[in-house]
Amino acid sequence: MTDPLLELRSVNKSFGPVQVLHDVDFRVYPGQVTALVGDNGAGKSTLVKTIAGIYRADSGDFAFDGKPVTIHSPKEAADLGIEVVYQDLALCDNLDIVQNMFLGREATSGGVVLDELTMEERARTTLASLSVRTVKSVRQSVASLSGGQRQTVAIAKAVLWNSRVVLLDEPTAALGVAQTRQVLDLVRRLADAGLGVVLISHNMVDVLEVSDRITALYLGRVAADLPAKESNLSQIVELITAGRSGDIGIPAATAAESA
Amino acid sequence: MSEQTAPASAEELVPSRHSPAQRVQHLLHRNPALSPLIVLVVAVLVFGVVSENFLRPQSLSLLVQQMAVVGALAVGQTVIVLTAGIDLSIGMAMVLSSLVMVKLNFDHGVPGPLALLIGIAAGILTGVVNGVLVTRINLPPFIVTLGTFSIFTAVALLYAAGQTTALPDDSFLLWTGETIRIGSVGITWGVLLMLVLYAGVGFALRNTAWGRHLYATGDDRDAAELAGIRTKRVLLSAYVVAGVTVGVAAWILCGRVGGADPNAGLNYNLMSITAVVIGGTSLFGGRGLVIGSLLGALIVQVFNSGLALAGVDPNYQVLATGILVILAVAVDQWIRRVKA
Repeated sequence: MTDPLLELRSVNKSFGPVQVLHDVDFRVYPGQVTALVGDNGAGKSTLVKTIAGIYRADSGDFAFDGKPVTIHSPKEAADLGIEVVYQDLALCDNLDIVQNMFLGREATSGGVVLDELTMEERARTTLASLSVRTVKSVRQSVASLSGGQRQTVAIAKAVLWNSRVVLLDEPTAALGVAQTRQVLDLVRRLADAGLGVVLISHNMVDVLEVSDRITALYLGRVAADLPAKESNLSQIVELITAGRSGDIGIPAATAAESA
Repeated sequence: MSEQTAPASAEELVPSRHSPAQRVQHLLHRNPALSPLIVLVVAVLVFGVVSENFLRPQSLSLLVQQMAVVGALAVGQTVIVLTAGIDLSIGMAMVLSSLVMVKLNFDHGVPGPLALLIGIAAGILTGVVNGVLVTRINLPPFIVTLGTFSIFTAVALLYAAGQTTALPDDSFLLWTGETIRIGSVGITWGVLLMLVLYAGVGFALRNTAWGRHLYATGDDRDAAELAGIRTKRVLLSAYVVAGVTVGVAAWILCGRVGGADPNAGLNYNLMSITAVVIGGTSLFGGRGLVIGSLLGALIVQVFNSGLALAGVDPNYQVLATGILVILAVAVDQWIRRVKA
């Protein structure tokens, strides 16, 4: 197997007296979709925000491309090529698609005046490279887009920056059947293009279908990290709800300790 | 807005099934300055028919001069309203700034250009005070500026000892009141200065990253923050820009009234908000254009002058302004409900 693009070892994170992450090991491989699953409160969002640089881990090692790194701010994460697509999408309704994709990182000519042509061109190229055909015009206001299209724009925004790891927080949670299909296809294409994709989802059918590896969190610990092919629905559900399934998972004593 | 359509129809973006009303709604949603422009054109035509004097060049140039101070203030007010804020102190800040200019120049013999710069700096300082209170102490802009309105009023009255100061005719500060002739139309430097302010701020809002960040912050502060924008800085910058317009407006005010009057500011606060609202800028932030506020200020002045020339009781001017404000906000609410 190839080396992981992003590797976390023994990451701990507490909020006051509450320890949310216990010695978490997490790996993201290039060209693969790694699903991050777990019940509410298992620590998925905390882990994502730690990777994104919004939270700072109390202890633990980060390695990117095999080299040790520190991520102390969202900007440091972005500089490494880590992008997050948040659940609430973080798009501004009053701006159009191009404006949203470049928000906070606008292209300028001469350092002051916005270079709209370059931005429009790059937005169009990125959307085309993702085989997105559902958007009529890149100058369309985001307010006029459907849920699936908004998700598409948010994902396109994340890959615009030559990013190498993209974390998707519940990308299909609010979508209908057809739109979920589109977004899952897009998630698969990102991985096929060589990116390391992290998919957080509550929908186990989606997870099994689109992901290569599954990392299950249970009360802040990694219950299992296994290839999706060797897994099945009931096993994952057991890992999520009980922390163990058959001979894999967290020993009952350890699980009780963190409960 | 996050209204979701049924999945099957979600990808059909062609607005083919829209009623005429929805089309108008869409058009106005895309062009926030369109409704004030229509109102202005209709108002000018109606008053032109009602009173023959209205469309004479002298009447029109006087009309524009009368709205120059409010017009300049409305630039700063627009920038703040775009961040979903409001500035209730902007008129008094202007009066304070004009007092600083005039008193330094007249009472203390400071040269006009220097007095002007210090006065503008005072205007910027008022913006910084508001901005710091809003961004660092996280107080709502409405409350902050309600408080600073009283503070600026008191400071202005104490500083001026309640007295009006008139400037000698040759003062540099009165330059904004001087007229230049273009054909039969006379226009003051103050009006030109106001237009320069609109052009400059309009350009910055439309064509710089700062402007883009301002619109984003006004629409959805959390989303802007997640996109990497330092929204506190953006908010503070809005109040600083408003402070600059306060200083420029103060200079135009000097030219208009020939000095400085500590009691003059009360109406300007609300008049600037009126211009912004009638100009189609949403009080919820993130939607609107400075050019709309220019149209808004013109509309108010057209109604005032038009009704005056038609010989209507002046109280009806106030009534008309009130109706316009409520109509403008109602239209904005309707436009904001636009669906895909």
